[in-house]
Amino acid sequence: MSTFASYEVARRAEGARWALGLAFLVLASAFFKAQVLEHDRFRVEAGSNRLRPIKLPSPRGDILDRNGLPIAENVPGYSIKLLATREDSLRAVLTRLLAFVPADSVNIEAVVQRWRAARYQPAQVFASGEDRVVAVLEEHRAALPGLVIQAEPRRTYPHGIAMSHLVGYIGEISEGELKSGEFGSADIGEMVGKQGLEVEYDSMLRGQLGTRYVEVTARGRTVRDQQNSGSVRPVPGSTMHTSIDLPLQLFIDSMWNADMPEKRGAMVAMTPKGEILAYYSHPGFDPNQFIGGISTEEYAVYHEDSDNPLLDRVINGRYPPASPFKLAIATMALRRGLVTMDTRMPAPCTGGYRFGNRVYKCWKRDGVGHGSLTLSEAIKTSCDVYFYQLGLLLGKDALLEDGQLLGLSDPSGIDLQQEKRGLFPRSAKDYVNSRGQSTWNNGEVLNLAIGQGRNSQTLINMVSFYAALAGDGIKRAPHVYAARPDARSYDLGLTAEQLHGLRHAMSEVVRSGTAGASGGAAFDVAGKTGSGQVSNQKDIGWFIGFAPADSAKIVIGIQVEEGLHGALVAKYVVRAIGRFLQGPGSSVIKSDYQPPVTEDTTPGVDSLLPDTVRVTAPLTATPPHPIQRPGGRP
Amino acid sequence: MNRGLDRTLFAVVFALSVLGVIILYSAGQTDFHSDGDGKWIRQLIWLAIGVAAAAVSYRVSFRILEWAAPWAYAMGLALLVLTLAVGRGFGTGASSNSWLAIGNVRLGQPVELAKLATILMLARWFASRRDPPKTLRGMLPPVMIALIPAMLVLKQPDLGSAIVFAGILFPMLYWSGVAPSLLILLISPVISLLLAWNTALWSAWMVLLFVLLLIWRPFVFEAITVYLANSAMGVLYIVVWGKMAKHQQERLLSFLNPENYRKGPGYQAIQSKVAIGSGGWFGTGFTLGTQKRSGYIPEHWTDFVFAVVGEEFGFVGVVVVLGLLLALLFILIRIARRASDPYASLCVFGIVGLIFTHIYENIGMSVSLMPITGIPLPFFSFGGSFLVAMFLALGLAFRASGEARASSYLES
Repeated sequence: MSTFASYEVARRAEGARWALGLAFLVLASAFFKAQVLEHDRFRVEAGSNRLRPIKLPSPRGDILDRNGLPIAENVPGYSIKLLATREDSLRAVLTRLLAFVPADSVNIEAVVQRWRAARYQPAQVFASGEDRVVAVLEEHRAALPGLVIQAEPRRTYPHGIAMSHLVGYIGEISEGELKSGEFGSADIGEMVGKQGLEVEYDSMLRGQLGTRYVEVTARGRTVRDQQNSGSVRPVPGSTMHTSIDLPLQLFIDSMWNADMPEKRGAMVAMTPKGEILAYYSHPGFDPNQFIGGISTEEYAVYHEDSDNPLLDRVINGRYPPASPFKLAIATMALRRGLVTMDTRMPAPCTGGYRFGNRVYKCWKRDGVGHGSLTLSEAIKTSCDVYFYQLGLLLGKDALLEDGQLLGLSDPSGIDLQQEKRGLFPRSAKDYVNSRGQSTWNNGEVLNLAIGQGRNSQTLINMVSFYAALAGDGIKRAPHVYAARPDARSYDLGLTAEQLHGLRHAMSEVVRSGTAGASGGAAFDVAGKTGSGQVSNQKDIGWFIGFAPADSAKIVIGIQVEEGLHGALVAKYVVRAIGRFLQGPGSSVIKSDYQPPVTEDTTPGVDSLLPDTVRVTAPLTATPPHPIQRPGGRP
Repeated sequence: MNRGLDRTLFAVVFALSVLGVIILYSAGQTDFHSDGDGKWIRQLIWLAIGVAAAAVSYRVSFRILEWAAPWAYAMGLALLVLTLAVGRGFGTGASSNSWLAIGNVRLGQPVELAKLATILMLARWFASRRDPPKTLRGMLPPVMIALIPAMLVLKQPDLGSAIVFAGILFPMLYWSGVAPSLLILLISPVISLLLAWNTALWSAWMVLLFVLLLIWRPFVFEAITVYLANSAMGVLYIVVWGKMAKHQQERLLSFLNPENYRKGPGYQAIQSKVAIGSGGWFGTGFTLGTQKRSGYIPEHWTDFVFAVVGEEFGFVGVVVVLGLLLALLFILIRIARRASDPYASLCVFGIVGLIFTHIYENIGMSVSLMPITGIPLPFFSFGGSFLVAMFLALGLAFRASGEARASSYLES
């Protein structure tokens, strides 16, 4: 074969070597590109390949009372999570996990949902595992690939039900909340505030999540913790020092539970400057049950309870303000200079007042009535006839206008967003019905003048009005932690003399007036009783008082639905004031009270002539706001 | 008869064998139980068997081989046919029925022997001509010799090994003295098929081919045939593409752009490249590769064993290994050049083609330079059949080297 001559072969060998050299050069440059030029990119990719970030929970800030006693704090706990690469392997591990834990603690579908939402994150299986469960799981770790056991501080509310409506509770952030971005940087699976202070001050209480990396194999088995690769320590949330006086709050709770556990109502205490000292709504719920999601059964118990324990009656319960509202009418008349504390009305009280073709009754229907009264005396005796005439003196326009100036159609501005506003009519347009017809009649002025009619107020708004009377005459937004930046103040426009006159009248209420039996005179309590009428229900008892009368340290209001009259509930305010001013040893706390002799109910409307249309309840009173679920989030 | 073993060849083969076992040992060091565990010990046993096989082939005269080539070739084809009938899938090649087995006892992959037999047969055909083929028609017999086993292997299906037959055929055609222009014309339909996915590229190729045909002036009939074949490929491409199953299309597309197929067919290619890229200049260190330890490198003891080299020894380690492999090929070329007779020379150059194709396909796919075909990397991939076949071939090279130096007048 001539082509195998030596020089021919040598030439071809040369060609082959060049070809091979070139081919290997191409190969080597491919490695050079990947290993040297793109090394940084691939190093990062290799890291993200096997290092899975695990969010480290940040301890939520404690909520403390004004003296540093805990209202909400954290205790050590665990959360059990699973890392998985595929859904079927997740389900398989979950099924195996069920053998080691109480069966009802794991909802497989819910876990799978969580995993789908963030596949590279460990999916929460259940939280706050007990030490014993955690020990069992650790023992069987080999059978449970992807198992992540994380120490996670658990929220607890040591005073549970006593603080429920104020403190609220936390829960896992919902899909809707994630989308709306209302919780800022909150990540999926994170616990955020759902109610009360927890949601109001969430951004402050919630810290920043940390990150830790675990190394996982291609099949999702966790191998080890990576201590040093860019882990970030969680930043704890800030501690919140509220203005709450915890002993007072707990005293109110125990008093309520001892004396009238079956009664629905609310009690709120504040300083004249608006710092909330106690905030109580009854019945309540145990916020500890709600952490991390309440079970459907437990939620149903609350939801179906006709007493509606989930309703915060301090800021969301609206009731006809009744006689305590007479102080607002008096304020309107005084600030306009229409009357002084000594002014008498043209018609003396004879148990009723004739207006148009009707007689509007006074609550005192003994046929004699209160007779001729000064404004001061009218407040003391809560005479309806006097205030009918005072209302007429003011007139419709002044009444509606001053209602706005005193903030009676606004929320009190407390630092709890979920507050409802007061429903004093803003104008006569509020009386236009759906067919465009005005339902206003002149009798409505008389109804409004005694705290009835189309008007309903929250306890917090009424108490903050009384705080203005007890203080410097400026109605400020109450606050638990800090005044809202957008909160309004309302100057009542009263002189110091006028304020003093009103306080004196209210002192008389407690000394010898409608609250004469409350024993409040011992603490120089000033206040006003009231019983609001609600159609088809028993009356609503009110008492709002403050002490000492001319240099008030505390303003407390109570409102009890159905059954107790204002004169009867006044003693609870007096007791709480005693507890606050004298401490736990206060003599008033344990003493018994005489059942009240005076009654203070608002009158019905009787027809003067047989053909007169009977004005029935729906026109004269706005029913309290219907039962509602807090936010609809179980 | 000869002056002992070729020492440089021995040194390179020894170095590569030791390195291969070391890498396989590292491949067994993972954070979980993998099929790669303990493979290095079994590879040592296979190496011993391989050395014994090399010792046998070293003692066989090329005259006997030349005589036996048709028989070996026929047996190779028979085994491939048998494999098609009763072949089974095992291990990393589970998807193709490439194994002959009795019960669960694997006898081997006949394709590795068929590759050797094809080298012997081609060498015999070329060595028996006075001149190398001068026309396309004249190249038909050697093309058929390689094409028949390739088609049988393709039916298993094992695309990677089928390509190896081309990797044997073309170097041997070149070594036998066939004009490079003829080789280009022979391979032109394949180039046309590869370029058909891009109309502009393909059109340019067809113009270039026309010019080449005018310059090289083959027989008119052959020129027309070549041009028609190239045109047909461009059309066929569309038909073939349309007939392909979706996963086959994705596989091809994933080679062109693996990032678009991260979850599917691109996964292996990307994971291998990530491991290699993360190695940097010097690598993570022996046994310490994190991607390997956590199981992100697919088939890290066979098909993607080179990713372990890249991750743990970095670019420096890769260059060292590539250098050793290139040295081996250069030494084999030198042996082929100095061989005392054309048959031995052709055999050795066929072995160069065989080893080079395996190296290039395997290492190339680990950096996404070549599409993914599961063929082993000489000295590094775990696998008995291929190792034994390769040492048989190396035995022949040792013999050729020895014979050449015995008749040292060829020294130049």
